Amino acid sequence: MKRALALVERDMRKFRRSPALLFASLVLPLVQLVILGNAFGGNIKNVNLGVVNLDRGPKSVDVIERVRAVAANARTFLPADYDDEGRAVRALRRGDLGAVLIIPQHYSRDLLEQHQPHLALITDNTDRSVADAVGAQMSTLVESINAPEVLPREAQQAALDVVEVYPYINYIKYLLPGSVALAIFVTAMIGGGMLFIDDKSRGLHEGYMVTPITKWELIAGFNLSGVIKAMLAGMTVLVLGAVIAGVPNFFQPMRLIELTLMVALTSVALIGMMFFIMARISDPLVPRAIFGVLNTLLFFPSGAVYPVAGFPRWLRFMSICDPFTYAVHGFRTLLLKDAGITAVTTDVAALMLTSVVVLSGATLLFRRTL
Amino acid sequence: MAAETQTPNRAAIEVSHISKRFGALQAVDNVSFDVESGTIFGLLGPNGAGKSTLIRMLTTLVPPTSGTAVVAGHDIVHDPNAVRTRIGVIPQNMTSDPELTCAENLGIHARLYGITGARRRERTAELLEAVGLADRANALAATLSGGMRRRLEIARGLVHDPQILFLDEPTTGLDPASRISVWEMITHLRVQQGRTLFLTTHYMDEADRLCDRLAIVDRGRIVALDTPVVLKSSVPGASRIEVQFAPDLPNGAADLESLPSVASVRALGSATYRVSSDRGPASATELVELARQQKLELKSLSVQSTSLDDVFLHYTGHGLAEAEAPVSNNRGRKGAHS
Repeated sequence: MKRALALVERDMRKFRRSPALLFASLVLPLVQLVILGNAFGGNIKNVNLGVVNLDRGPKSVDVIERVRAVAANARTFLPADYDDEGRAVRALRRGDLGAVLIIPQHYSRDLLEQHQPHLALITDNTDRSVADAVGAQMSTLVESINAPEVLPREAQQAALDVVEVYPYINYIKYLLPGSVALAIFVTAMIGGGMLFIDDKSRGLHEGYMVTPITKWELIAGFNLSGVIKAMLAGMTVLVLGAVIAGVPNFFQPMRLIELTLMVALTSVALIGMMFFIMARISDPLVPRAIFGVLNTLLFFPSGAVYPVAGFPRWLRFMSICDPFTYAVHGFRTLLLKDAGITAVTTDVAALMLTSVVVLSGATLLFRRTL
Repeated sequence: MAAETQTPNRAAIEVSHISKRFGALQAVDNVSFDVESGTIFGLLGPNGAGKSTLIRMLTTLVPPTSGTAVVAGHDIVHDPNAVRTRIGVIPQNMTSDPELTCAENLGIHARLYGITGARRRERTAELLEAVGLADRANALAATLSGGMRRRLEIARGLVHDPQILFLDEPTTGLDPASRISVWEMITHLRVQQGRTLFLTTHYMDEADRLCDRLAIVDRGRIVALDTPVVLKSSVPGASRIEVQFAPDLPNGAADLESLPSVASVRALGSATYRVSSDRGPASATELVELARQQKLELKSLSVQSTSLDDVFLHYTGHGLAEAEAPVSNNRGRKGAHS
């Protein structure tokens, strides 16, 4: 085992001398956390809404006042009046407007006569998110128009009150567990896979193989140094990300210990997986070529950016086989729910099983000779 | 030091019918030879002759397809780890880590041999001093010149004080000054420290200058093995003399063929002849006497000894450069020496 520590010493000296690896490992997850976290986290605002009032009666004025109320408060849209329906639709097609609301002729009369008049909302459905947000806001507006001005003495409809167990979780907090797992993966890929193959192709491994170091010591040395580097990257993103995202009570000692354990388990599993993939590869282009593919295959099915419940069946199966899924779930449980280690036993077991399988496979594949 | 468990003249390396096949390619073909302790043994051959494969088998990097070898008293197949503790290897590629300093490279290699603590620091300093890199101890290996890097490799191969040092083409890619520096270091290791050295090369002058015994390798087989002097003397017409008379000899080449020490004569034109002889100095004297008797002027006379190029040509049937061309079925004139 002493000889394995020589390899760890070598990697740590190189790691300390060249902070580029740590920097590269941190940049992608942190940039992704900040950019994606803020880009996907907010409500849709300031959509240009063309309002074509063909009625001009008192009830249409009520609609327009409600639209302006939304514009002043929720600011989902910015209304602009159009006299002509055709001109408004042309502006929508040009992209000047995000949606067009048409109040039809005789709207006020039909409403008073209870003829159920129809307001029309024309949306630019090339942008699904904007169309859905404007549609939802407008539905709420129409519900408020339809609500009786005087409530009946007895409620005739059931109501649902939603109670959130945890403090408000914005998207940046939701994304943080995936970013921590991604930092560990990037380090495993660059500091584990790429450096391993680069060293092999440069002949450095040949220099080790002529010494009395055993196969086990070589495997232990390569993996241990990779795990240390991955843990450093994972812990850095965890702490920085928690501060940026504003995770409450993050620095509680027990919580930090549990999170450190999860970082360590994830690092062992992902470094072991990388070593397994690279055990028989010699071409330095291969890890670079598969980096993006592996990232997509592991990161996105894990539920890091979107809930697994929304996946089709085949993708849910992929997420079950993906060690990232358990890392992300474990981090999310410890970070956002503070539920303690007992709540992540399945994740811990899955990561340990992954580690055993990939390291056993890598040991079988790894050759001590050229 | 190096000769801790060796007795003089006992075989440091015994190679027995060793072969290596990579798919359809027979890289090494049933090779056997011994290397005596305390000597420099060389493998001379073109690129692709099987030298590196042979050295990689002897250093346990590549398992043989058949046969075996005993290196420093241990079988390379059955006891490779014992072999590894007793040999130092300087591979053909520069395998020191360019992102580590010279001292770090040696220190980490020492740790791989179980040398730690104060002993590791002492050994690192000793070796850097010995190879003239003490003032570059804290320089990154990437910043060293080719010659310095090779010296660092040699220091690294010596970090555990091995009995036998393997050097795979130690001067390939080096400038002339660096080559001479490495040659001096290799000679010092043998003469001052009594170490056994096993080297491969495709440079004739390097083999001639350094090696006590030399094996000529061609297409995976050893075609000749002896001291460089014996190998050269084994080639018929060991000396070549070029001579020019003025005016020309009355009977041309026939006058020269009648001389007792001359083996063969070839007319080159312009009263110039190339004479092959087994006794170069005696032939030169006879040529001077012939010119005096015939009252001719001897315009030029040069004597050239047989080189290892001639030896290679003699034993393989082709020159060294030709041998690097794609392999054909044409074997050397002599059979394998293995």
